[in-house]
Amino acid sequence: MKLHFALVGNKNCGKSTLFNYLTGSNQHVGNFPGVTVQKKEGALRTDPDITVIDLPGIYSLSPYTSEEIVTRDLLLYNKPSAIINVIDTTNIERSLYLTLQLIELNIPMVLALNMMDELTVSGGSIDIKALEEQLTIPVIPITANSGEGVAELIKRTIAVAQDATLPKRLDFCSGPVHTAIHAVAHLIEEKVRRKGLPLRFTSTKLLEGDDDIMQELQLSDNEKDIVGHFTQEMENALNTDREAALADMRYAYIEDLCMRTVHKPQDTEAQRRSVRLDYYLTHKYLSIPIFILIIGAVFYLTFDVIGAFLSGLLGQALDSITAAADAALTNFGINPAMHSLIIDGVFAGVCSVLSFIPTIVTLFFFLSLLEDSGYMSRVAFVMDKLLRKIGLSGSSFIPLIIGFGCSVPAIMATRTLASERDRKMTIMLTPFMSCSAKLSVYGIFIGAFFPNTGALVMLSIYLLGVIIAVLTGALLNSFVFSGKPVPFVMELPAYRMPTGRSILMHMWEKAEDFIHKAFTVIFMASIIVWFLQNFNTQFFMVNSDESIIAEIGKITAPIFAPLGFGDWRMSTALITGITAKEVVISTLSVLAVDANGNVNLPNLFTPLTAYTFLVFCLLYPPCVASLATMRKELDSRSSTAAIILYELSIAWIIAFLVRHIGLMLGFN
Amino acid sequence: MLEITLDKLPIGQEGIIQSVGGEGILRRRLLDMGLTPRTRVIVRKRAPLGDPLEIYIRRYELTLRASDASKITVIVEADEA
Repeated sequence: MKLHFALVGNKNCGKSTLFNYLTGSNQHVGNFPGVTVQKKEGALRTDPDITVIDLPGIYSLSPYTSEEIVTRDLLLYNKPSAIINVIDTTNIERSLYLTLQLIELNIPMVLALNMMDELTVSGGSIDIKALEEQLTIPVIPITANSGEGVAELIKRTIAVAQDATLPKRLDFCSGPVHTAIHAVAHLIEEKVRRKGLPLRFTSTKLLEGDDDIMQELQLSDNEKDIVGHFTQEMENALNTDREAALADMRYAYIEDLCMRTVHKPQDTEAQRRSVRLDYYLTHKYLSIPIFILIIGAVFYLTFDVIGAFLSGLLGQALDSITAAADAALTNFGINPAMHSLIIDGVFAGVCSVLSFIPTIVTLFFFLSLLEDSGYMSRVAFVMDKLLRKIGLSGSSFIPLIIGFGCSVPAIMATRTLASERDRKMTIMLTPFMSCSAKLSVYGIFIGAFFPNTGALVMLSIYLLGVIIAVLTGALLNSFVFSGKPVPFVMELPAYRMPTGRSILMHMWEKAEDFIHKAFTVIFMASIIVWFLQNFNTQFFMVNSDESIIAEIGKITAPIFAPLGFGDWRMSTALITGITAKEVVISTLSVLAVDANGNVNLPNLFTPLTAYTFLVFCLLYPPCVASLATMRKELDSRSSTAAIILYELSIAWIIAFLVRHIGLMLGFN
Repeated sequence: MLEITLDKLPIGQEGIIQSVGGEGILRRRLLDMGLTPRTRVIVRKRAPLGDPLEIYIRRYELTLRASDASKITVIVEADEA
């Protein structure tokens, strides 16, 4: 029998560790349709007939964030055979809050008590049998890190799924809340049955004032009035409002339940260690220097040491493969056009992108380490105030910082952000963080034009990027995402050692993503660019200065003329730069040769146009790889197109201002 | 007995939540995270730039902004405040 299990739990409860343990490499990562919420599915390693879906980490089934809505919709309308509710046992009270809501869904369910070992070590214990009796669902202690108890968990989950064993008890309330829920349930019973919704859950949510459920049920005005009346009675009796009444009722039940089943004399060792570590890591004066040190080390190791070393190795390997293919094609006596397409087009394009992989994988090794250990939440805590003005929270800080290395992993890193709104906004701002590929462009130009003021020029370019990002953020915050941001109420989880498996899975996931991209989008783009660079409009093969791309450069040159780079060679370099920023330089080095055969930039640029050119390079749309990543993460062609258009306009406007203010100030 | 808002609670001092204000998603999030009336809460520290706050509640650490914390009232023993 085919079974589908849904993993549901809070953030940081070890759900993903369990998912990785259960599925190994048999997993598929995608997005829920229409939202930037990650969806992970996979088949069990031990039983490929059973699929598991890892739902986003949530704290409640309220209809506020896209993560909560996605989870709710899946559980309500796409019923899994069973729910595996994973909880962090060291944090049992808050975790059970979600459990109580899940039980109301009336789906076969088991409760996995993760990190049980941690509780036991610190002298705590849980009366599993009593907990099972009270919640009327199987309760299984596990350690997701080591896999202990997981076999038993799966066995019991299969049993409840096959026998369709439902929780026996759905009612955890008393007093006026109890009365109100039952009154509402009685009223809507018939309607709910026809819709195939769980009665208890629906009644509770109606009482809580859940608009989505209200709409789904299509209640008549009369029924709405009656629900309103029951709500009013409950509120009057308790002297509080509906939302507080229900939250209070759930927590009151949980406190009582924990009092009877959990024997935990004190905080666990991990929690105490976290407080000690946080003394330094979120310290008033030390935290920011420590952060700079850590992120500096990550950048240094990724871009200068490990990633660079591995990139070099891979580059050599790719070069020799290219050389071998080149020789084989020559021996075969293939048509020179085909030869050029394969070697100069496809191989060159795909290899240049593949050589990114070591950097990305290395970077994500460190990022997973920082994320899974719990440090990332501390960064968000420390940096929150800086990002608040533009409507973001501290959680966006890390992706934005990574943007200085490479936009691709930066955009990928937004997946860990808590809200869809923040994810979208951060993705849009990332490209303004000047990436390391642009550095090669700045380097060449600074060498040629600003040998004495290089550092100042470099600094001003980087700062300009940040300023534009801040302004864009403010703009997005006031006009595009003007709705209320998701509040920054975030758990600071205890520091824990990440598991090797989770880190490896994470690295592989990103690498796979990128390889896929290299052979689809980048593959196509390489062929197109090659074609444009090698053919003229009559489809004859020509040198690049007579090619279609040069024609496009000539046609678009007038657009760039007000910026001071109306020469077609400059516009051509900018256009080819879309493939990768380094290509701006390689194109110029082909096109800007003087009579003696040397590359001569000062023939083309004055210092002012050179600076304007750098500003344009900083701000105009990033490389194909970033755009493809952006499209995938936003899951929207139109948003991506809008971003490209915005970046083009901003680049043009700012470059125009820079040139004309520069001219006014007497620069040349 | 003294009633103050959570953002005014001195660091290290315990308060008992009296009421949770605010509205919409913020209020709901606060309640969902366990900030319900009669719950004990301690402010652990403020972030280096002065905001947000780190609080300890229901045996875990939570961070929230001072402006949001000001929607929550707590009761403290008067002689300790």
